[in-house]
Amino acid sequence: MKQPIITIQNLSADVEGRQILKGINLTIHPGETHAIMGPNGSGKSTLAAILAGREGYNITGGEVIYGGRDLLALDPEERACEGVFLAFQYPVEIPGVNSTYFLRAAYNEIRKHRGLAELDAVDFLTFVKEKVKLLDLPEDLLKRPVNYGFSGGEKKRNEIFQMAVLEPKFAILDETDSGLDIDALKIVSNGVNTLKRSDNAQLVITHYQRLLNFIVPDFVHVLNDGRIVKSGGKELALELEETGYEGMIHAAAAPA
Amino acid sequence: MIPMNMNENKPTVALANRVPEPTIDEKELGLSGRNANEPAWLLSDRKVGRARFAELGLPSLRDEDWRFTKVAPIAEMEFKPELEPGSHGVTERELNQFPFNGLAGSQLVFVNGQFAPELSSVAKLPEGVKVMSLADVLATEPALVKPHLCRHALTDTNAFTALNTAYFQDGAFIHVPAGQAVAEPIHLRFVSTAKHDGTTAHPRNLIVAARNSRVTVIESYVSLSNATYFTNSVTELVAGDNAVVEHLKLQDENQQSFHIGTLAAHCGRTSNVVTHSIALGAKLSRTNIYAALAGEGLECILNGLYLTRAEQLADHYMIVDHAEAHGESHEYFNGILADKSKGVFHGRILVRPGAQKTDAKQTNKNLLLSDNATANTKPQLEIYADDVKCTHGATLGQLNDESIFYLRSRCIPLEKARRMLVHAFAGEIIDRVRCIAVREELDRLVWDRLEQNQQITANSS
Repeated sequence: MKQPIITIQNLSADVEGRQILKGINLTIHPGETHAIMGPNGSGKSTLAAILAGREGYNITGGEVIYGGRDLLALDPEERACEGVFLAFQYPVEIPGVNSTYFLRAAYNEIRKHRGLAELDAVDFLTFVKEKVKLLDLPEDLLKRPVNYGFSGGEKKRNEIFQMAVLEPKFAILDETDSGLDIDALKIVSNGVNTLKRSDNAQLVITHYQRLLNFIVPDFVHVLNDGRIVKSGGKELALELEETGYEGMIHAAAAPA
Repeated sequence: MIPMNMNENKPTVALANRVPEPTIDEKELGLSGRNANEPAWLLSDRKVGRARFAELGLPSLRDEDWRFTKVAPIAEMEFKPELEPGSHGVTERELNQFPFNGLAGSQLVFVNGQFAPELSSVAKLPEGVKVMSLADVLATEPALVKPHLCRHALTDTNAFTALNTAYFQDGAFIHVPAGQAVAEPIHLRFVSTAKHDGTTAHPRNLIVAARNSRVTVIESYVSLSNATYFTNSVTELVAGDNAVVEHLKLQDENQQSFHIGTLAAHCGRTSNVVTHSIALGAKLSRTNIYAALAGEGLECILNGLYLTRAEQLADHYMIVDHAEAHGESHEYFNGILADKSKGVFHGRILVRPGAQKTDAKQTNKNLLLSDNATANTKPQLEIYADDVKCTHGATLGQLNDESIFYLRSRCIPLEKARRMLVHAFAGEIIDRVRCIAVREELDRLVWDRLEQNQQITANSS
């Protein structure tokens, strides 16, 4: 049997004394796409943030094993170099930092980490122009400051574009569908699907089933009040569409 | 008077009423050396300046416009004007180390406020364009200068301008006739070789861009000296109707020196004037920018960046005077302050009656790299028209945690992420420089300075 990419065991965390995650268990193998669905405030984005290494959370129990290592002990940049990628729900605008410069710096950090030579500006530009096409992004985006003045749709596409450049082993998409119209949703999904390989994995966090029509998950987990209350195949998302979160959470809580 | 000593705490109480006695003899006023052939009208302006200075004295902290900037150390200096003309032994090689050295185009070099023709070079210029020393043009064609010199930099409230007017010896004169465009930037270089504390220079520049003309002018102030000297510069800039002017001042003087610089710009109808003030050096620097927006439909951008460390103080004082309708002005000033240094920003926007549809914006952002750094920011809006848009905003703070996390989540190590963000903060200002060669060099220069600053990577978030 294949080694899992990531194993989350009984993960609990609080923010300023308030318990948000109450024992999450999740194992993801290479080649798999998992979806986490849940109502607002269920802890979806907190889970994403903790996996990526955002500060401000207090881990109160459990562990996360990634590639045989204790993920929570690593700095965010080490996690990223090891192949963890978070597509932000709200990508940050960084005026004054040129997109190409930023991406090359990021890409070269990974190359350094793997003991490879850094790419110079010319080689990187050739490489990156290929990736831009994948997301149907205008090339002039590369000349603009990171996310600065981008539309909501452009920012989300830019996240997936960065994912295409950095080629992560484990990508977390945090509500990447929010704020996207149907055309942008298709472009983003198509990008994500193209990047799927047998040796990487994706964790798709979403509130709505809609995204999962385009990024078809192997497993769906329903998160409520800091716990996974139900897991199943892709049909679970459709079921959820029928019953709503209330109905399903209620049924899951009742004894079988 | 005694040479100043920074380590002594001198009482400053008496300063407000104190009028320092200039050590120059009255007869030297406008009548010595290269200034001997000055026209009579200038002598009368000089006398007015001298009288105004005597009346005003140097400002004190009680003066509202100088609340945050103590000029007492300047007052305590013994002014020693440099009267020797020439290059003072400065070689081209020595100039090579300074910014914008390789810039294509004309350059005029001034050493201790005196013109150094052997270090200067004037490129081939379009018909009628003049790039020369002010003293020379005063001696040969004073009529070109008379309508403008001393007409824009007013002495009534500014003691330093009064002092400059009384005692300036030389500076640059640039004249671009109507319809002409100078493609390459003109670089005015001011070098100090001051050997003694108190050495004083009063460079005076006049830039006239007639209607429909276009020009880019760089002023750089640098040191080949470790002395505590004083630069008191005044530049008058006249942009005629529809003229497009880019002006940049780089102040990078030694860390002991004092720098007071005034730019008085007069902007005509539908002109487009952008001026950048980059303050990196000096112990104490004050840049006054007076922008008289004297025509309809013009655009004026005042853009600035100050980087301070140790006990440096960088002060910018601006008055943007909207006198006519449909004028647009933007002030953007960013400061990066380390150690115990201090940044001061005072931006006054005046909208006169009749200046309807004015659109005036002002922002001042300060990044504090140390707990001991201070920023004082003071916006001031005076609006006498009823259909205008005026906004101002000021921020003070440290690097944004969310941005740092975003960069780290993209593999960029913490230290590098901080550097990138500080650089970006400076980049917001640098990106507004239109002349590409100047912008690129300035970007490298600022980057190098930031790299030298250990506090960028210190625990400042």
